[in-house]
Amino acid sequence: MMNKRYFQPKAETMPYEELKKMQDEKLVKQVRHVYNNVEYYRSLMNEKGVTPDDIKGIDDLHKLPFIKKDDLRQSYPDGLLATDMKNCVRIHSTSGTTGKRVVAFYTQNDIDMWEECCARAIVAAGGSSEDVCQVCYGYGLFTGGSGLHGGSHKVGCLTLPMSSGNTDRQIQFMMDLKSTFLCCTPSYAAYIGETLKEKGYKPEDNTLKAGIFGAEPWTEEMRKDIEKNLGIKAYDIYGLTEMSGPGVAFECEEQKGMHINEDHFIAEIINPETGEVLPIGSKGELVFTSLDKEAFPLLRYRTRDICVLSREKCSCGRTFVRMTKPLGRSDDMMIIRGVNVFPSQIETVLLNNGYTPNYQIIVDRINNKDTFDINVEMRPEDFSDTPKGITAKEKELQSAMMAMLGINPKIHLVVPNSIPRSEGKAVRVIDNRKRLGINI
Amino acid sequence: MAVKQLSIFVENKEGKLAAITDAIAGANVDIRAMSVADTQDFGIFRLIVTDPEKAKEALESCGSFVSITEVVGVSIPDEPGSLAKIVRLLAQNNINIEYMYAFITVSKKYASVVLRVADNAQAEKILVDNGVKLLEESDIKNM
Repeated sequence: MMNKRYFQPKAETMPYEELKKMQDEKLVKQVRHVYNNVEYYRSLMNEKGVTPDDIKGIDDLHKLPFIKKDDLRQSYPDGLLATDMKNCVRIHSTSGTTGKRVVAFYTQNDIDMWEECCARAIVAAGGSSEDVCQVCYGYGLFTGGSGLHGGSHKVGCLTLPMSSGNTDRQIQFMMDLKSTFLCCTPSYAAYIGETLKEKGYKPEDNTLKAGIFGAEPWTEEMRKDIEKNLGIKAYDIYGLTEMSGPGVAFECEEQKGMHINEDHFIAEIINPETGEVLPIGSKGELVFTSLDKEAFPLLRYRTRDICVLSREKCSCGRTFVRMTKPLGRSDDMMIIRGVNVFPSQIETVLLNNGYTPNYQIIVDRINNKDTFDINVEMRPEDFSDTPKGITAKEKELQSAMMAMLGINPKIHLVVPNSIPRSEGKAVRVIDNRKRLGINI
Repeated sequence: MAVKQLSIFVENKEGKLAAITDAIAGANVDIRAMSVADTQDFGIFRLIVTDPEKAKEALESCGSFVSITEVVGVSIPDEPGSLAKIVRLLAQNNINIEYMYAFITVSKKYASVVLRVADNAQAEKILVDNGVKLLEESDIKNM
């Protein structure tokens, strides 16, 4: 069987000069689209004294203002919508920092573009219409499930829309329907691998050949573990709801960084302190401009992910720039079990529930699964003479956290004034995943 | 009538309990009865002491988290069947015992028991009406 090497060969192997010309043209058009249709952007640009006429190509990109997560929050729910709502066919959403989520709108063209990006990732990992693609990212508001699901359709794979969880059923379908591709978070892939081992399956007992894993930080060691336990090759994928979802960048067989789909997204690296654009090869904050999005087009969106870009020629033949895995964050966001968590969200829940914002977050990864614990100082009225009162308060707070964050932390009520208050910035977050070499 | 019980929150970590018992010792307060309710993360150390207010103050000054709850104290003959009698009595009157524990025995004739119920006054009335002797704060000091 001869696999296609590229899903869209023309775009994926376009010579750089041609690509730049394409980006120039798309950017000019996109800036005009955004300026004319989004009040918020118009005032950002007016504030900076820049008009669409000043943008003649990507060399002028630096003249445009940045847009940050905070702007997105302030524009909730549809302040950044650039087209009539009736042209939109779907939304997805990511958690925000104060309970206000970021809502991303999609037209059918936006969905197609996004799914094609995911299809490129599947083909780059060796996928074709003969494959059976088991998607066990979460479905719903989260982009993981829908993105890879759509990509799998575009490639023509038989798609198993499993969503996350219910590992026994995942394994049953994997065996009975002979899945060849697995798409999920790396920690879930590792968990499936371990479960298979526990059940007495050997790596050669399954029909999987590759997996596409993303939405959370992971290491080369984890990749080796997953590859060994599942008997597959594991590929990395990168994306964010603000741009579309997974598939903004993907790994090819070389696995030396992820190719950014530059026909749709312009990537810049900036100094997170000054906002200055840094030359290629520098380590800095990744900034994306979406060239084709109709409904929710962001110009110069600051991802807060720290990484390095490389334009070195790749043996796979793709000309798209490559990015390293995120090497860290320029803000305090954590990714826990694939979900974005900000300490400020936790603070909000505590204040809303009448607790003091004295807390400590402890994150770790045990048996390839993220653990998430929050120590909270209890109030005098939380404590009497039996454990059940405290346990009930912990449960109550856990539900409130779940509603805000979308994941369940384990809450521990502790003695008042027992959490260290350091001078200046308190040590709020203890992320023990660092000991595993995970870039968090 | 009820007896004051100290409840102390104890984290499940080395040295936490020692700090508590040291504080009580330092305040020169005598422990008459104790029990521990434990979970995976923490325990609640319950004490009947000779001077609850003094012990609370000493514990709080060393950073412990303490609450005072009123419980029912009874003095029963130290002989077979006497605990069964009061427990049965409360059961017949639909009073649920949340927890109970016994005192360190100082008398050969009587045993003392702490009972935690939802409504102290109701339980005490039933016990007294049936001839059970209740303990008072002064009894604890003079034990």
